[in-house]
Amino acid sequence: MELTLNLAIWLPLAGALLIVVLPGGERWARWVALLVSGLALILALLLLFNFHRDLAATDAAWLVPQFSTQVPWITQLGASYSVGLDGLSLPLFVLNALLVFLAVLVSWQTSLRAREYFALVLVLETAVAGVFSSLDLLLFFLFWELELAPMFLLIGIWGGARREYAAMKFILYTVAGSALMLLGILLLYLSGPSHTFDIRVLGGQTYPAAIGAGIWLLLFVGFAVKLPVFPLHTWLPDAHTEAPTAISVLLAGVLLKMGAYGILRMNLGMLPEATRQFSTLLAVLAAVSIVYGALVAMMQTDLKRLIANSSVSHMGYVLLGASALTPIALQGAAFQLVSHGMITGLLFVMVGLVYDRTHTREIPALGGIAKRMPFIATFFVVAGLASLGLPGMAGFAAEFLVFLGAFPVHAIATIAGVATIVLTAGYLLWMLERVFFGPERPEWSHLPDMNRLEALTVGAFVVVIVGLGVYPSILSDILIPTLTPIASRLGG
Amino acid sequence: MNVAILSPEISLGAAAAVILLAEAFSAGNLSRVAILALATLGIAVSAAFLIPAQLAGVPTSSFSGAFIQNGFTIYFKLLMLMATFLVLLGSGRFLAQAEGRRAELVALVLLTTAALMLLVSSTELITLYISLEMASLSTAFLAAWMKHQERSAEAGLKFFLLNALSSAVLLYGIALLYGITGQTQLNGIARELVGGATPALLLALALLLAGFGFKVSAVPFHMWTPDVYEGAPTPITAYLSVASKAAGFAVIVRVLQTALPGVQTEWVGLIAILAAVTMTVGNIVAMVQTNIKRMLAYSTIAQAGYILVGVAAGTGQGLGAVLFYLAAYTATNLGAFIAIVEIADRTGSERTSDFAGLHARAPWLAFALAISLLSLAGLPPLAGFFAKIYVFWAAIQTGLGWLVLLGVLNSAISLFYYAQVIHHMYMVPAPSPAPGRSLPTLVAGLTVAIAGVFALGIFSGFFMGLAETAARTLTQ
Repeated sequence: MELTLNLAIWLPLAGALLIVVLPGGERWARWVALLVSGLALILALLLLFNFHRDLAATDAAWLVPQFSTQVPWITQLGASYSVGLDGLSLPLFVLNALLVFLAVLVSWQTSLRAREYFALVLVLETAVAGVFSSLDLLLFFLFWELELAPMFLLIGIWGGARREYAAMKFILYTVAGSALMLLGILLLYLSGPSHTFDIRVLGGQTYPAAIGAGIWLLLFVGFAVKLPVFPLHTWLPDAHTEAPTAISVLLAGVLLKMGAYGILRMNLGMLPEATRQFSTLLAVLAAVSIVYGALVAMMQTDLKRLIANSSVSHMGYVLLGASALTPIALQGAAFQLVSHGMITGLLFVMVGLVYDRTHTREIPALGGIAKRMPFIATFFVVAGLASLGLPGMAGFAAEFLVFLGAFPVHAIATIAGVATIVLTAGYLLWMLERVFFGPERPEWSHLPDMNRLEALTVGAFVVVIVGLGVYPSILSDILIPTLTPIASRLGG
Repeated sequence: MNVAILSPEISLGAAAAVILLAEAFSAGNLSRVAILALATLGIAVSAAFLIPAQLAGVPTSSFSGAFIQNGFTIYFKLLMLMATFLVLLGSGRFLAQAEGRRAELVALVLLTTAALMLLVSSTELITLYISLEMASLSTAFLAAWMKHQERSAEAGLKFFLLNALSSAVLLYGIALLYGITGQTQLNGIARELVGGATPALLLALALLLAGFGFKVSAVPFHMWTPDVYEGAPTPITAYLSVASKAAGFAVIVRVLQTALPGVQTEWVGLIAILAAVTMTVGNIVAMVQTNIKRMLAYSTIAQAGYILVGVAAGTGQGLGAVLFYLAAYTATNLGAFIAIVEIADRTGSERTSDFAGLHARAPWLAFALAISLLSLAGLPPLAGFFAKIYVFWAAIQTGLGWLVLLGVLNSAISLFYYAQVIHHMYMVPAPSPAPGRSLPTLVAGLTVAIAGVFALGIFSGFFMGLAETAARTLTQ
């Protein structure tokens, strides 16, 4: 199985190289991308089925990876090529493989510079898979930065009208954050008793309180930009709005999760003492992000901007779950990562389908299109309901766990979070009403509904969302054994 | 006296002489390929004298201890030979067009490299000064090579005059040091300096740093760099930005580590300030440049700042990091400049905005330039990333945390202007399809440089091992 994991990481990069060198690459790029991302998805699912759920971490070993490989890499620095998956990273690893595969399907019609497009998407897949599976901090940082250039180009070349501005803003925000993160990583290396980049060892040792707090903040800023947390979020509405549909799906679905994963794995997992000090700060930032994101989403007239801002709000719930330090809240936070990835991914796909037909994302310009596109309208409503946390879907399970776990610790922030659900329901339902219902407009009367490929893609999203909502223990059984020891180290 | 120790330098001189003679006997009709072949032969012979000596071998010195050959010098000499070779390969049509005078040009480049190699091996202040002047004088000629172009002539004159000024400052420092210690041998100076810092010694240190700071374009001694880099022919700019700079750093670390360990606290402080100012000013000014050569000039100033961070660390580890950085920087900067030689030749412009749509017109050139720029910005898995990691890593261990913080922020800022170029090449549509094929020699040079950028990144552990081995021999 070690080989399966390494293949799942590197196969997409090999596929990208194949696309670049393949003669007639423009024509075959999408097929290669489909094949490679499909294979990577199968490999990821194999890992999922072979994962030992009951292999719990203990206090002595807070991180017990499976399928792990370790090879010396830069001996001078004590860095190694070390990868493996545990219950926190495995769901995100599978999510990445699934969303990239679906993103290839979503962008099937891309004809502009198709060769570069699909090659970059595959490079992105390797980078994100590497982030989720690295057990060595230097390797983690390497994969973290590897994602930048492909995403910069994907937004900047295939995006909307203000794509170049959005791409530049994205890369500058992320690089500024990761620069501080790098400093945190170097300090982490130097401050503990044993000098290594091995995450397992780094997390197992203690640091002087002041230095630990400094490192915690440096790492947190890097991850907070990605998550994003108010006030570091302003790149997100631009990037998500300008990116092409499939790339918005990946941005919301997996790239934001890198920030959340970093906070859960590095801040909470490796620096439990410092995390306890900053628990209230996390709760305050979470509450502000949740409320602010929802209020701004309510003001939007652009469909994508609305969903992008709702992401800020939804990722606030992840932070709220992390702030509580209890096993249930952490489980909710991790659950929210997967469910938000699927739900917001689906919302962006639906916006893409509407935009492909109407060529507008302005809510006031749309209206009454449900009559012409009943299937698109149905799936859009399903996605909207999932996003506002309707019971029976993935979002509810996640948010419920977060509230349950966070209320005893941060009552006020949790109340703010619960109250915001009303706002969320408000802007989502109001948006659905204005776009799909009301009087039919003559200019949209000739538009076709979904085709079969689109229905298949959207259906896959819905199956996962409903599946996780109805039977959440598929996911939580994997999460609990990994998250419980992290929470117990945090004293929660 | 062991003259054989000079074989690498003599080979280059001989190659230069052969090229000039062959040119004379063929009545000025020696072809570009023939000149390149002769130069390559000279470089190969020179390198062959160096490789057997091995990095970790026994150091040998000659000429009453004025000249030394050890792992440190071999590392730098091989680096400069490689750089010279790639610059000549990558000079493209510039060499083809310089009818009649190209033999002189190539000969002069080889002689400059020989002078820089002497400089790296100098362990005595007079020898060091003379080698430096030899290199500088030929550099001034090279910068002014396109003498009918105002910019080039101005670049040459500017370099000549400002260099003379900085040399005077340096010489004053050397004189003071000699006055204090009565020695010109570097290790002799170290033996005499036991009493710690005196005002005269600090003045000498400041003058030396000002003189060397000019050679590696550290702020505030960098004023000449943008004008000369912009005005000089692009292949010469490439040469200046790597070979001269590498030699400059070799001299700085040698003088500081072997002659002035007694005042290490003082020079660490001065170098740290120099590093901080250099990288910050370089990056900020680079942001507003519209000419790519000027932008890269400020970028090389910023890069010098990062290298100075490693020098400021003052440890063996820092020294190894500096050596690795210079190798990574050489591959990366040559990749960028060779691509620019060809792009500027095809588009007839050095303005960043004229690079629009290059990905469609010249995919390999655009890709090579993008990779080089990303490496300069320090993105993994490229050479520039690991170079910065090693340098910062060494500095943070000696308590220079503030400098590392500044360096890390600076490299984040730098992505802004590097990404601008990539933005033009990949996101702005092409105005017109520019035809043209690159010369195979240029493509080969570019490919080697880019392969180096990847290899030094992905296998950085191996190359860092070489750099550390070489660095250890400096203080032995």
